[in-house]
Amino acid sequence: MPVFAPELIGPSLMLSALLFCIGVAGVLLRRNAIIVFLCVELMLNAVNLTFVTMGQLHGMSGQVIVFFVMSVAAAEAAVGLAIILSVFRHRATVDLKHVNLLQG
Amino acid sequence: MVHAVFMFFAVVAVLSAILTITQRQPVGAIMWLIVTMLSLAGIFTLLGGFFAGVMQVLVYAGAILVLFMFFVMLLQLRHKESDIRGPLGWILALGISSALVVQLTGLGGYSAGRVAEELTRAPEIANPALVLPQAAEVLRATEARGVVGAVAAPMFQQWLVPFELTSVLLLAAIVGAVVLAKRRL
Repeated sequence: MPVFAPELIGPSLMLSALLFCIGVAGVLLRRNAIIVFLCVELMLNAVNLTFVTMGQLHGMSGQVIVFFVMSVAAAEAAVGLAIILSVFRHRATVDLKHVNLLQG
Repeated sequence: MVHAVFMFFAVVAVLSAILTITQRQPVGAIMWLIVTMLSLAGIFTLLGGFFAGVMQVLVYAGAILVLFMFFVMLLQLRHKESDIRGPLGWILALGISSALVVQLTGLGGYSAGRVAEELTRAPEIANPALVLPQAAEVLRATEARGVVGAVAAPMFQQWLVPFELTSVLLLAAIVGAVVLAKRRL
């Protein structure tokens, strides 16, 4: 049962923009490394919504790219969480306030 | 009807996203992000992206966020103080994100007809004849080969090389995660 809903394209793009901006605000607002990561995932999801929306107009490749974005997100989550884990071993915290070795 | 369901999922997604970034405990933030992702899966389905919706539930909500949850529970974090930044952080966050909202909500006026019309007016961007016929092609491919088959055809023909590169990326990520998480190198 294929669905084609061109009237939802505008609202979907708007929702995607809103979710992306909430993710940006979260990254700027929080210092907890795990929550910063969650906000990055939220931004990736917002972009996925744009891909699915425009995929309605431009062919199935939109959903193929969503698949690629998801695998990049999985790789990023695995490596990023391992980095947070090794920071936690050294500093016993995930607060980005205490991760300031590069500040000189 | 479709519009009402869309609005329901959209409101749930935005509210739970706001709750995600304002929760003090990471576990609560992860739970609310799962709600966001599930409602996004609903929206994908409404938009005809059945494959993307299923992958959203299985991979994002089912795998990536469960990984986050395991991680938070393994770390046993203690939270005495709030980690929300001070006034400068609030100003930055609200300023930058509201500027982005203003810029990006201009996209909300888009509709299928308008995209086609704009491409017709600026023919150097793309061939206007390609825009809406492709939408019809999506419907025909889904009709002929089913939801998964319609996605599989471009994935294993047009996008075969990126697909294979994805496996290299995942291998690199596995090796990197194991090396980083080892106690001693």
